[in-house]
Amino acid sequence: MAEQVMTQAPGNVWKVLVKEGDQVKAGDVLFILEVMKTEVPHAAEGAGKVAKLHVKEEDAVDVGQLAVEIA
Amino acid sequence: MKKVLIANRGEIACRVIRSCRALGLKTVAVYSEADATSLHVASADEAVAIGPPAAKDSYLVAAKIIAAARSTGADAIHPGYGFLSENEDFATEVLEAGLKWIGPGPRTIADMGDKERARRLAHGAGVPIVPGSNRFGPGALDGLEDAAKSVGFPLLVKASAGGGGIGMKRVDKLEDLRATVESTQTLATKAFGDGAVYLERLVLQPRHIEIQVFGFGDGRAVHVYERECSIQRRFQKVVEESPAPGLPDAVRRAMGDAAVALAQQERYRGAGTIEFIVDPAGNFFFLEMNTRIQVEHPVTEMNTGLDLVGLQIRLERGDDLSAVTQESIKPRGHAIECRLYAENPDKNFMPSPGPLTVFALPPLGADLRLDTGFRQGDKVTFYYDPMIAKLVAHGPDRNAAIARMLGALDAFKVEGITTNLAFLRRVIDHPAFRAGQTHTGFVDLHKADLMKAGA
Repeated sequence: MAEQVMTQAPGNVWKVLVKEGDQVKAGDVLFILEVMKTEVPHAAEGAGKVAKLHVKEEDAVDVGQLAVEIA
Repeated sequence: MKKVLIANRGEIACRVIRSCRALGLKTVAVYSEADATSLHVASADEAVAIGPPAAKDSYLVAAKIIAAARSTGADAIHPGYGFLSENEDFATEVLEAGLKWIGPGPRTIADMGDKERARRLAHGAGVPIVPGSNRFGPGALDGLEDAAKSVGFPLLVKASAGGGGIGMKRVDKLEDLRATVESTQTLATKAFGDGAVYLERLVLQPRHIEIQVFGFGDGRAVHVYERECSIQRRFQKVVEESPAPGLPDAVRRAMGDAAVALAQQERYRGAGTIEFIVDPAGNFFFLEMNTRIQVEHPVTEMNTGLDLVGLQIRLERGDDLSAVTQESIKPRGHAIECRLYAENPDKNFMPSPGPLTVFALPPLGADLRLDTGFRQGDKVTFYYDPMIAKLVAHGPDRNAAIARMLGALDAFKVEGITTNLAFLRRVIDHPAFRAGQTHTGFVDLHKADLMKAGA
């Protein structure tokens, strides 16, 4: 089941912890946004393979933006 | 001193400008590209752009700030809180540039910034510190059990190189000690490259109570009473008040005396805050000293009538402050502060930047103060701290201050972004808060009452 991970707040991409092709399981943190001096981790909801990364470190992102696709 | 540059933004920059103006001083604001139309820029006599939005490229660049002071002819720098306020290198550069630094000297900043050194200095001044042990490296556990007994249970096993809760484990009884120490050492070796751990008493149901001090740089110091700051989320304060409810007078006095002893020993200069944790039996332990004006300083100002920022400035200007004696400082009634954050309490306090389409303030007055760096129509950007305002209510007693605060929170209208306004109201109106049952676990303990999704 494919999963699309969206950004939960506007901010800066602080850390990307996976790369395309990585196998992830539910709860694995994929990337961390820095929003108002707060780290906002974004995790996978289910298991799968990172099919596409739409963010890289230091990107400025809006809320609700497609960040990671998991297949 | 004629002109003060404020090396900060938001509400604290606006706050410092107010005191400067009252003292007849000109002001210079600095601002990043994200803050060009901000209230602090509009409030200052002059303003200098210092670069891109990210703080590391603007508000944290010492050279740009000192250059801004030079180009405008400012002769003093007030750092506010956060950013470069506790950076001893910045303080040194300011002084070397021939400018006045409104704060304690670089040596004091460095001493208190090093947590281990600060603990030793506090201990040397007779301030109680949390009982702790020496370090134990992997494979070197001789004397561990004796150390644990003298620290007392429950205790924490802490990685020396750790921080922020990582590499920290609770132990309730002696039988579990050795295994926990060994597993923490293994984790610490992997995570930090240093397996050393130490033991520290775990204070249960702790209250976070701090003492405001003011030192005159010559060994004389006063305290300006306490602030109770236990209502926190994500280790950040949300509600503060003074006096601390239910704190026995003997404990209050002992804490004030201890804080003054440390400030005197350090020949402390300016405003500072000594943070303590206090256990339910009234034992208090040194946590750290903040060598700057504190976010929640208005609580103390509302409750004593002092202008702490004004005193900071007057001290560096060379005014005679001999009238500011311990006897002259009298608390009057009760003050409570609520921090309004751009965040969603129902989504684990997720920060929530955006436009302030409505920002309608409650009617302010002698018993209601609002410190903010925002106006209706401003945008709360994601670059900086989520705090958008501090509301401080005062009353002759705690119940009166609570009633005043609830009225103010009801009258305060904020739209366009999600805030913790409704959450604050639930905290202040909660039976446990009204009963003064404050401790750092308050928000977690009463989560079910405080988080009302959809409310």
